[in-house]
Amino acid sequence: MQALTNRGKEVERKPMSFWESLYLPGIFKGMAITFSHLFKKKPTIHYPEQKREFSPVFRGLHVLNRDEEGRENCTACGLCAVACPAEAITMEGAERMPGEENLYREEKYAAKYEINMLRCIFCGLCEEACPKDAIYLSETFAPSDFNRKGFIYKKEDLLIPDKNTDPEGYAKARGSKK
Amino acid sequence: MSEAQTLFKVTIDNITVEVPAGTSILNAARKIGGEVTPPAMCYYSKLQGSGGKCRTCLVEVAAGSTADPRPMPKLVASCRTNVMDGMIVKSITSEKVLDARKGVVEFLLINHPLDCPICDQAGECHLQDLSYEHGAESTRYEFQRRTFPKHDIGPYIQLHMTRCILCYRCVYVADQLTNKREHGILDRGDHSEIATYIHKALDNDFIGNVIDVCPVGALTDRTFRFKNRVWFLKPVEAHRDCGKCCGRVTLWYRGDEVFRVTARKDEWGEVEDTPDGKPGWICNVCRFEKKETKDWVIEGVRHVNRHSVISAGHYNTLEVPKETIQDVMHGRNPKLLMDIHEVSDVNKPEIHLSEIPGPAHSDNFDNNKPA
Repeated sequence: MQALTNRGKEVERKPMSFWESLYLPGIFKGMAITFSHLFKKKPTIHYPEQKREFSPVFRGLHVLNRDEEGRENCTACGLCAVACPAEAITMEGAERMPGEENLYREEKYAAKYEINMLRCIFCGLCEEACPKDAIYLSETFAPSDFNRKGFIYKKEDLLIPDKNTDPEGYAKARGSKK
Repeated sequence: MSEAQTLFKVTIDNITVEVPAGTSILNAARKIGGEVTPPAMCYYSKLQGSGGKCRTCLVEVAAGSTADPRPMPKLVASCRTNVMDGMIVKSITSEKVLDARKGVVEFLLINHPLDCPICDQAGECHLQDLSYEHGAESTRYEFQRRTFPKHDIGPYIQLHMTRCILCYRCVYVADQLTNKREHGILDRGDHSEIATYIHKALDNDFIGNVIDVCPVGALTDRTFRFKNRVWFLKPVEAHRDCGKCCGRVTLWYRGDEVFRVTARKDEWGEVEDTPDGKPGWICNVCRFEKKETKDWVIEGVRHVNRHSVISAGHYNTLEVPKETIQDVMHGRNPKLLMDIHEVSDVNKPEIHLSEIPGPAHSDNFDNNKPA
């Protein structure tokens, strides 16, 4: 068979020499390697206390965006759902009634909007498809949960807090992305 | 008359076809089909007198006829120009035509709001297809787009005048299909708009067909308004015995609910002919009031062109896939099974969007919420 890499080694089937059958030299050699790592730079961090900077292209949990006046951007156009390769997004649209102009930016809005995070593969195609700047993938990890029910994210879970009434929550949800 | 039998040879984009005398270039091109066929926004073969308004079907005539092979000096509207024997037409092979189409699209889009994300026509809109294929990527227009006061034209039809491209198809439908024309075009030029005189409700039996002929989202079905996007619906052919019309329709399903009923449309986006050769217009009762499966005899899944976004759902069979859990688990039920409807708020089995007469509002979802 042709080798895939040139790092392969022939397996030696010779019987071990006396020196090798003692095992101790091999153990000390291994311990020395382990010990030498104590003095090297640590590649790990203490996660909850220390946090790494996110890559600018990091794709985490989705947020539904609001405009400057705190109105929802999403118009339930369905382009994210049709772009979604995992078919994780579902929605139901509704017409804005008189008096709801401060809630929704356009005539039509998403009455229901759901992302099934069990299905989502965080590819970001929804973000790319959105014509209304409504959906973004944030710098938040998908949390773990004991049961599956917790992974059906509804509109309330996804919607970004209103910048004007809850600036702290807004800044947290927004993260450091530009 | 012997003239009706004379066949004219016409060459469109190097493809020669024989058509009867009196055929327009557009119809000759439609006989060839494919990309050669010029797009048409206003011409509708089932409506007499339509065409000649939108200028999207412009073609170059390289040679007028065998008798007079001089080229025509300007691009001609193919829906209004008849073929001559030996005529040579250039459609997509002509730089000039493609450039003119791009210009026409730009003009059509000058006052078009481009609110496709909220427009119910999106996905089956001819203007969308046209601008996608022939238009520029962005607009050069910097001014305020034309707006209109809202007209209420009845409980079934929603008029969005801002989206209108003034193709006059709906006016011809009202003229030719119904016995009483109640809507037409008010004002002139840039101000002209489709309206009913003194806000009269359109209550003719066949007026619903204006929805099907409208190439853009200016006239849409109010009973379907904002209910769902067309590409999430499953088109199914069905028929019923209707005293007024042919009763041959396409039902648009979401799950087990009929969200919308339309006439069957052919590859040019026009209403298909019935087997007896008449255009298959459907009446308002079929279109707006029969939204239950039991009203219809299902014929099968409607074939959708695979280039259409509507085919994104890949619906090509009516059969529901068999539940395999029991087989796989040797007859046992799984200990933990999440029914998506227990958790999800979308597509609740107890909320019937198709039964709401108009678009859903915030209170529809509240009232129907199970306690």
